Amino acid sequence: MAADPKTSYQGRIHLLQKELMGRYYQELTAAARDGSPPAAYMLISGNPVELVRAFGMLPVYPEVNALQIAVKKQALPYILKAEELGYSVDNCAYVKADIGLYFSGRQAPFGTIPEPALILCNYVGCNVYLNWFEHLREYARAEVFFLDIPFVRDPMAPRPEDLAYVVAQLRELISVCERITGRPLDWEYLRHICALSAKTGQLWAQIKHLTKHVPCPLDAYFDAVTLMGPLYCLRGSEEGLRFFEEAYREVKERTELGLGPLPEERYRFVIEGPPPWPYLRVFRDLFSRWGAVAVASTYSTVGGLWEFGFAHDPDHPLESIAQHMLYWNLTNRDLLRRYQQIRRYVQEWGAHALVIHSVKSCRLFSAGQGDMREYFSRELGVPTLLVESDLEDPRYFSEAQMRNRIDAFFEALEHRRLVGAEARP
Amino acid sequence: MSVSTFEVDVLARCREIVEDPAFTAVRRWKEAHPYQKVVGCYPVYSPIELVHAAGALPVGIIGGGNQVEIAHADARFQSFICSIVKSTLELGLTGRLDLLDGIFFHSICDPARNLAAVFARNFPNLRVEYIHYPQNLASPTAVTYFRAELERIRAALAEITGRSIADEALHDSIVLYNRWRTRIRHLYELRQAAPEKLPAAEAYTLLRAGTLMPVEEHLPLLEAALRKIPGRTAKRQDRIRVVVEGAFCEQPPVDLIAAIEQAGCYLLDDDLLLGWRWFTGDVPEDGDPLEALATSYIDRSVYCGTKHDTRAPKAAHLVQRVRALGADAVLFLCAKFCEPALFDYALYRRALEEAGIPHLFLEFEEKMWIFDRARGEVETFVESMLFG
Ligand code: SF4
Ligand code: SF4
Repeated sequence: MAADPKTSYQGRIHLLQKELMGRYYQELTAAARDGSPPAAYMLISGNPVELVRAFGMLPVYPEVNALQIAVKKQALPYILKAEELGYSVDNCAYVKADIGLYFSGRQAPFGTIPEPALILCNYVGCNVYLNWFEHLREYARAEVFFLDIPFVRDPMAPRPEDLAYVVAQLRELISVCERITGRPLDWEYLRHICALSAKTGQLWAQIKHLTKHVPCPLDAYFDAVTLMGPLYCLRGSEEGLRFFEEAYREVKERTELGLGPLPEERYRFVIEGPPPWPYLRVFRDLFSRWGAVAVASTYSTVGGLWEFGFAHDPDHPLESIAQHMLYWNLTNRDLLRRYQQIRRYVQEWGAHALVIHSVKSCRLFSAGQGDMREYFSRELGVPTLLVESDLEDPRYFSEAQMRNRIDAFFEALEHRRLVGAEARP
Repeated sequence: MSVSTFEVDVLARCREIVEDPAFTAVRRWKEAHPYQKVVGCYPVYSPIELVHAAGALPVGIIGGGNQVEIAHADARFQSFICSIVKSTLELGLTGRLDLLDGIFFHSICDPARNLAAVFARNFPNLRVEYIHYPQNLASPTAVTYFRAELERIRAALAEITGRSIADEALHDSIVLYNRWRTRIRHLYELRQAAPEKLPAAEAYTLLRAGTLMPVEEHLPLLEAALRKIPGRTAKRQDRIRVVVEGAFCEQPPVDLIAAIEQAGCYLLDDDLLLGWRWFTGDVPEDGDPLEALATSYIDRSVYCGTKHDTRAPKAAHLVQRVRALGADAVLFLCAKFCEPALFDYALYRRALEEAGIPHLFLEFEEKMWIFDRARGEVETFVESMLFG
């Protein structure tokens, strides 16, 4: 093993991302001060930001706020505040950080979060979403809309009834937004936004496919998260699109130059589960020291599965927004479809191993990961490592334990390599 | 308390059925009805009328209680996942669910959702159906959507049983289940009027046995109970009157329910086995029966931790229920790691504090054996209320 390399985010995109997200939070802070534009609280998974943007509303994502607090290692006081209010140690820490933030005058370390004009629960992700927004609704007393997205039950596609149901609800939502903003929906503008989203999604998908290259030009977990902020917060805007054009150029260039995030790529792995935000750097370095790069991740598909062929359709805006929510994202699909997705990553992205980051806070991701492990290691013969911590709560991260497990795993891989027993599924 | 044959025979038999992880009673039924199918219903609510109308037996698959040792399932679900998910999987992995022809899971929470997928992978011969319940109850399209979802379940049941379900059959099942639910409501009313005559653990056992036998057999048991119980002679004791909230999915051991009561409470109402008494009124017996079930879900169902209704906040429901029953306090009996129940608690606590209603929070696990701590906490709480 080489001396521990310290990784860092590389390139222009990281700086650009920082700048864009900084500006986004300035907008939020201004909206909190001026009371305008009206803020819509929404959730990440399969969000219909195109529609919200078409009304000139400001999308606010409690999940993004929660993770930013975690990245800044400032989550604990907010979490404890929520626990004082009666939330359990076992509840999702994103929610607790957000509720703690709400009751701290919405003052985050990076800006002020405006009060919502609309609490829009897009139930694409976990069931916790419903609880979360139910609670916000009681605290904030704003207009509320629970956009119900049926979980995909049929093996291949959403049912026509499901699509009709979601489109009908989107129409109801349009009336609500018209009432809040006092202006009718400009369909042309919505189509324009969908076209921007389509292009943005395509570029993101292309970047995801570039990570098939050896060496992998961009860590599809630790670096991909850099791109996820703009993908949600700025999708459907001109500056969001420009960011992705720039990002694509940069990753493409790195691919052509044969550059990867590490000096030497020794192992390629697929990773499942959300990142441990408070210890992202530490966690990353535990892999870097083994020359291990994430070539694909399930987490980077929580907002959408553009890489498998989805694009918004400007000619059918509502239908395509509905399709995105119903089908083209990880979280509205069942666990077995997630297995298939990972399997595809392992095969097509040429990975040596699967790493499962089991997150206590997030049962949508974690519940049943033991079965996933069983499937990959026993049935498919893919070396699989399961480590546990949390995505927000620093109390659940033990670096020493993590390091032991990761080292033991890579030592075993190293051994397999030496004896020539390396398996490729 | 006078002991009649009702107590000795019926309650003992019910308890035996309820605490038997081998599902012997259901197995016997299946032997006696070799051409009929058995469909498992995971909590909270399942459209049992549809299963019945298909000529199949709906059976409550509600975890393994404290009778099942988890040996295999905890390799699949982590330590921070509630017990019912693991014990239900354990029942499957140890062959105890091989009597099922199908099983329903629902959109109640993330672990249950993932459990459905794990079931589908591990038991490829079992028909696993995941029912998505509408979560936008304010939407006028919710009924249309949910009717279509029930139609899908009707088709799935037809595939399981090999026979289609006619509207008439569904209508008859609805009528029968309306009768059954009325009896259950009466049982609760009886308990509320004279809690000393019907301990909660008994009512629970009687009700839970109904999830493991045909409604036609359970109805006479309920009716016998309703005849016998009012005649019991029992002295009312100095206890506080509480509403139990939070146990809508994973179920506490029967002995824990008894221990809580004996520690100085009368449990006037609870949310145990909520799915089997889901509707607050009769399901309409006229018109399209599928639509009747769909509208009942949306307009005539209990509030619950797994149902999210923006039309009226849950906490308001709870306060209202406490007031309507003239209860003194709320006892939160939440399954350990049950995310929906633990979330609700934060909302409820706030509302109860505002309304000046005392409460006690207790966590349980279905696999508990020793109840001393819970009993102690309840006793302290009761004392503080009676003498504080
Ligand atoms: S449970 Fe998971 S997906 Fe849901 S809000 Fe929490 S972290 Fe996000
Ligand atoms: S006990 Fe709670 S967390 Fe567990 S399956 Fe039931 S509702 Fe879900």
